[in-house]
Amino acid sequence: MSAATVSPTAPTSPTITIVADPKIGLRGHLRHTGALIRRNLLWIKQDPESMMDAVLMPVIFTLLFVYVFGGSIGQALGGGQGAYVQYVIPGMIAMMSMNIAQGVGTGFNEDFNKGIMDRFRSLPIGRGSVLVAKIAVELIRLLVATTVVMVIALLVGFHVHGHWGGLLASIGLSALFGSAVMWIFLVLGVTMKNAQSVQAMGFLVMMPLQFGSSIFAPTNSMPGWLSSFTAYNPMSGLADAARGLMTGGPITHGLTVTLAWTVGLTVIMAPIAIRKFTRKT
Amino acid sequence: MREGSRTAPNRPVSAICQRTPQAVSAVAAVPGTVVGMTRIDNYSPSGRPVAVSVRGLVKHFGRTRALDGVDLDVHEGTVLGVLGPNGAGKTTLVRCLSTLITPDAGKAVVAGYDVVQQPRQLRRVIGLTGQYASVDEKLSGRENLYLIGRLLDLSGKEARSRADALLERFSLTDAATRPARTYSGGMRRRLDLAASMIGRPHVLYLDEPTTGLDPRTRNEVWAEVKAMVRDGVTVLLTTQYMEEAEQLAGELTVIDRGKVIANGGTDELKAKVGGRTLRIRPADPLELRPLAEALDRLRLAGSATTVDAESGEVLVPIVSDEQLTGVVGAVTARGLTIGSITTELPSLDEVFLSLTGQKTSAPQDLRPELEEVAV
Repeated sequence: MSAATVSPTAPTSPTITIVADPKIGLRGHLRHTGALIRRNLLWIKQDPESMMDAVLMPVIFTLLFVYVFGGSIGQALGGGQGAYVQYVIPGMIAMMSMNIAQGVGTGFNEDFNKGIMDRFRSLPIGRGSVLVAKIAVELIRLLVATTVVMVIALLVGFHVHGHWGGLLASIGLSALFGSAVMWIFLVLGVTMKNAQSVQAMGFLVMMPLQFGSSIFAPTNSMPGWLSSFTAYNPMSGLADAARGLMTGGPITHGLTVTLAWTVGLTVIMAPIAIRKFTRKT
Repeated sequence: MREGSRTAPNRPVSAICQRTPQAVSAVAAVPGTVVGMTRIDNYSPSGRPVAVSVRGLVKHFGRTRALDGVDLDVHEGTVLGVLGPNGAGKTTLVRCLSTLITPDAGKAVVAGYDVVQQPRQLRRVIGLTGQYASVDEKLSGRENLYLIGRLLDLSGKEARSRADALLERFSLTDAATRPARTYSGGMRRRLDLAASMIGRPHVLYLDEPTTGLDPRTRNEVWAEVKAMVRDGVTVLLTTQYMEEAEQLAGELTVIDRGKVIANGGTDELKAKVGGRTLRIRPADPLELRPLAEALDRLRLAGSATTVDAESGEVLVPIVSDEQLTGVVGAVTARGLTIGSITTELPSLDEVFLSLTGQKTSAPQDLRPELEEVAV
């Protein structure tokens, strides 16, 4: 941005006209977002334990579900544990998108309490850069978690059957939906007083969405009211779409539900998050 | 005062005109459209160039009027101390001037930029050091400075060399690669100051820079601030410590409950409160008692003369220069000889007490400002 070349340090620089504030260009936004992404990645380097959830959670959940429920649900699916592996792995991909997304609010909240956010807000950067950088780093964590799921999946006998393109597409879809969910947690992060309450809120929202869905078990044995909830639950949508893409099967309904939620959440929550962030004093 | 040498009391109009082409070229380099030809006054009534000009600034928080029509000027290259008790509105003022919050009414111009209309340009020319060191505790000192350099649009290379130069300047080179959370209080505050200096700010806000520091560290911070002022930075300093204001600021604005209640030079403010004290030492120590009796009979300023036996001086409170002449006349009329005579101004703490009706906190008082934290 050429405004940067104007020397603000001249001993006296009186202005006699009010010049409209120049907008921050795309390159400026990219530079600022890049610097902030680097900052958040340095946090991970400083504190590698913060990656533990992204690495261990997929391992533990995948192994638990496959070995605890695999046998009995697999039987109901007309196979055994192997059939359940084919069923639950795409569900795991869907689950990760939300589990990782909720982390975005917590670190964010700390920034406000520690005063660093005032520093950022007193710098000539786009206010959205801070938010976009947070989302970008969280997407990197999501990618790590998804990779771990896939490694474990292949170890417990998951078969891709040549649907590699579908696999990539479902990871992309999960990232897309995850980024939409992150806006909710960014709003919570800005509005709630401390990190603990953000986490508690996140847990309350996530449990019914994840378990009341087709992630872990087929919904056809659920009571009517629940299965009508699960039909439009974005977690079901994402799990069904991923299942269709990775193992071959119907895609349309799941994909539609997921994309509708993604667009809806982003359109509503992103402006709220940015406005709340800008106004927070 | 430093500014005395570079400022003519009444700047001729031609001097103002000479500066215009420079200003126009600076404006032309900024992409954007000229909105209007509003003239911003860059000179105070005294004719000295002003870096920060605040007029009628108002900010409400709910029903509280945190700022209730504040007017102040910070002259180029000087330090203005904004003094006030807890909750006076000092932090709110700094937050308005650094675009963190928008004032409800009034006007503030910093280095020629309007805080409401030109926030992005303004952010390029200011540095902010808060009450609580606002650095990223998880990053090293060098990474903190590099990050801010990048956010100020320096290239990677520039940001790195600027970070190293400032680490050196603030004696943090040895700790450069350690996470900031391992720094001592003083080191952290120095890193915070270094961070505010990355963009070579024209105006620096120091919001209670030594609150919570021990006396030794406080002196360190003061030395750094003095060095920055020598480099030509204009500083707006908020503090509740008289000692800090006397150390750093040439001019003071005292605010209380969101209003300016006094301003002027430190000496001016002291004189404003009136009471000076004369310390008179008789040429012959044996004349101490007769001298005291003679002066007591004058009944100046309605208060009593006291004798400081230890220093061998008589203390006489006076309120005007005529009284000084009267004292000298009365002493000579009685055939007594004055050995020495000195005038003593009240301490700033006394000034503050008489202006606001409340005591300031002592520097040892480490209570956080509860109200201002909430803001």
